[in-house]
Amino acid sequence: MDPISLLTIFVLSIFVGIEVISKVSAVLHTPLMSGANAIHGIVLIGAIIVTGQSEEGSIAMILGLIAVVLATINMVGGFVVTDRMLEMFKPRKSGE
Amino acid sequence: MSDNISRVLELLTAVGFILALKGLSTPKTARNGNLLGALAATVATAAIFFSVADLKHTTYIIAAIVLGFAIGWPAARRVQMTQMPQMVALFNGVGGGAAALVSVVEFLHSEAGQPGVVVDNIAIAATVFTVLIGSVSFTGSIITFMKLQELMTSRPVVIPLGQIITPLVALGALGSAVMLIVSPSQSLLFAVLGLSLVLGVLFVLPVGGADVPIVISLLNAFTGLSVAASGYVLGNVLLIVAGTLVGASGTLLTQMMATAMGRPITGTLFGAFKKREASDGGGATEARPVKSGSPQDIAIMLGYARKVILVPGYGLAVAQAQSTLRELADLLTARGIEVDYAIHPVAGRMPGHMNVLLAEASVPYEQLKEMDEINPEFPMADVALVVGANDVVNPAARADKSAPIYGMPILDVDQAQQVVFLKRSMRPGFAGIENELLFDQRTTLLFGDAKESLTKVVAGLKAL
Repeated sequence: MDPISLLTIFVLSIFVGIEVISKVSAVLHTPLMSGANAIHGIVLIGAIIVTGQSEEGSIAMILGLIAVVLATINMVGGFVVTDRMLEMFKPRKSGE
Repeated sequence: MSDNISRVLELLTAVGFILALKGLSTPKTARNGNLLGALAATVATAAIFFSVADLKHTTYIIAAIVLGFAIGWPAARRVQMTQMPQMVALFNGVGGGAAALVSVVEFLHSEAGQPGVVVDNIAIAATVFTVLIGSVSFTGSIITFMKLQELMTSRPVVIPLGQIITPLVALGALGSAVMLIVSPSQSLLFAVLGLSLVLGVLFVLPVGGADVPIVISLLNAFTGLSVAASGYVLGNVLLIVAGTLVGASGTLLTQMMATAMGRPITGTLFGAFKKREASDGGGATEARPVKSGSPQDIAIMLGYARKVILVPGYGLAVAQAQSTLRELADLLTARGIEVDYAIHPVAGRMPGHMNVLLAEASVPYEQLKEMDEINPEFPMADVALVVGANDVVNPAARADKSAPIYGMPILDVDQAQQVVFLKRSMRPGFAGIENELLFDQRTTLLFGDAKESLTKVVAGLKAL
């Protein structure tokens, strides 16, 4: 895709990112940060792509595989820890 | 898989992430929002194996994913809620590291720097940006993790000649970055990588304990931006959208947090705590008289009040005393006493952290009052019971211009008729400064573990 299209997507995403969380209640600041943290774990697909293009046994492949491990930790850990936080916000029965 | 289908899947994933963030903004939809985000990420990851032509080493890649899973899942399942901020910091750091590595690998593939290869300068600039920011986020997050986990001091660390070394390293990193864009070479790339890793450490070391959460949030936004830049390098729209979403929302969130603490972001980052540290020299805990009371005294004080405001802090969470505090609140309510919890925006370690911890103990939302709502009520309160909090009720933030926390909005606990502190010791709070309120005439202290103290007070109340 040409640079200008990518730039367009970038700029529009900035506005969406700001708009979409501008009404967040303070109670949810921490889970929101954690959820956003999990979302950037999607760099995993970038890690998979570059590793898949590397030569067998090259430095590139090794670094790529390390990136895959790190990105997976980010993504999986991020979503799980966010879910644990939010689990506590579920409506509960009285007198529990 | 045809190119169009994979494009559409990317689009759906991006929409999934936007809806996830949207969902996370309201308590009702938050959990589903997060699950939607996880689903979108899973689908996108699975799809990549089919959409990229001749993806090599798939066995290794899947093994690496399994390994990452085996590390990330149990870590996230087992972490205690009190330690969650540092866990988030760590997950963020590895994400930044991954983004940096992705760009490094792509650079190695690109043959940039080989004679006769025409390079795309914008792509190289994006590569350099990812490496720089991703690395800073990686080592910076590790330092924040160590500070919060108390593997190192949470006080600002001032390295000798730090004011000279840090800018030099920063200039070195930027300088090599610019040179790399002008004439790409692998050695320059590794120079940028190395210098940025060091910069991340230098950048976070001087940050004071209380400001660490803001830094986590900022580094989170950094990682988002570096992921977006790596998306540019790879020409991958999904990475651009997801990274930018996080970068933009993370920046806004950082600003909200800094405002809640009344600290300009620049002050946070460039160690406004430094000066004080030198002059105070640990505060020389003078033997000034304080009034301490027995659990029975406090039970009586509370039991015959009309209005009690509870102020929970991080010390409560550390002692795992949330449920005991709720028991106390229930007892008081049963006696017809009006009970509220006053929640400072940064009670605990980050905005909203205390809400999570109290929700864990099944405290009803209605009793949780935010700072602006509860502050006018303190003058009407007979007793303000402060459990394991210190900096967020320190009047020095209002009055003492030289105090490092000056300007931070606080809970006006000093306006209550009587103040009770349950504290472990006279040790100052996370920000490392003395609290005058402890020496006030109307203040009673009960030393000890928050849970034990609360249990004794509860027993005292039952006996009334």
